[in-house]
Amino acid sequence: MNVGRAPDVLVTFALGSCVGICLYDAQHKIGGLSHILLPDSTTQAGPTKNPYRFADSAIPLLVRKLELAGARRAFLKAKIAGGAQMFSAVNNASLSNVGDRNARAVKDTLHKLGIPIIADDTGKNFGRTLFFNTADGSMLIKSANQGEWTL
Amino acid sequence: MAIKDYDDLNEIQLDVLKEIGNIGAGNAATSLADMLMTPIDISVPVVRILDYEDATERLGGPETMIVGLMIQLEGDFEGMIMFLLEKEFACMTLNTLMGTEFTGFSELDEVALSAFKELANIMAASYVNAIASMTGMRIDLTVPDLCIDMLGAILSVPAIHYANISDKIILIEGEFNGQDTHTANHVLLLPDVESLEKTMTALGIEL
Repeated sequence: MNVGRAPDVLVTFALGSCVGICLYDAQHKIGGLSHILLPDSTTQAGPTKNPYRFADSAIPLLVRKLELAGARRAFLKAKIAGGAQMFSAVNNASLSNVGDRNARAVKDTLHKLGIPIIADDTGKNFGRTLFFNTADGSMLIKSANQGEWTL
Repeated sequence: MAIKDYDDLNEIQLDVLKEIGNIGAGNAATSLADMLMTPIDISVPVVRILDYEDATERLGGPETMIVGLMIQLEGDFEGMIMFLLEKEFACMTLNTLMGTEFTGFSELDEVALSAFKELANIMAASYVNAIASMTGMRIDLTVPDLCIDMLGAILSVPAIHYANISDKIILIEGEFNGQDTHTANHVLLLPDVESLEKTMTALGIEL
């Protein structure tokens, strides 16, 4: 998770089933990028919890970090990408559809926080590297086999 | 002491895993060499307990294009085996096996993809047979699943699976190569935490 202001470009490499969340305050030209692995921090069984890994806990932390940097929550808009299903025939419960579950959890969390999603490139079956430009709020996506595009 | 997280493993237990990797990966490499009728070199495996980002760096960097093959292990030993093949080695393997002349991933057809899965199936079975005969455990394999993409995106799949359990993942990692290829190809064994304790008990190692 990181926050930057124009002209910083925030990058996250090779998102697979993970989701990258770009939040941008266009008035102040401040942006933040979070990369989550899992949908829900409340279901984790293990001994340790890293809040930055989960959609429901990471996004509120990113919003707070942006506010501390001078962004206004009311101005924030979201662009999201990732959440792919890398392997097709996965028959393990913890692996099946995790990309889809991640994307849905991200959308739910943003909805609860009242942050509109203005670009959504989630799902499908390929990896994405994401460049988030805090100068203009654009999100450049590069894929290995499908070329690159800007949202 | 019970093994609840990968960091709970002591030196002896790590050595045991390394030996499992050594025999398993050696068997897998031998079965590949037999199929290709060409020598396959394999390094002495290492056991690493890492963050997923560090694992990605260590195995070649997030944006390296690879063939990823994943097989899940079920039964007494749960976890997964992954094969990560770089372009040069992947093409050499297919060309040797099938007499094709592939030079890049974009040329691969359905027959090629299915050949990779069959190779992975045979190699994983050799790997797992080694664990099963050492421990007396019954281990089943799923049909291999294939993905050709960026390494980081492929490794996000085990990372997500293990993030439910631990902040770290454990890699029992062997690197293999053909005689004339100089790329970093890996076979990874990723045991679930619960299977570690079972394995140690089966081998009579003190917990």
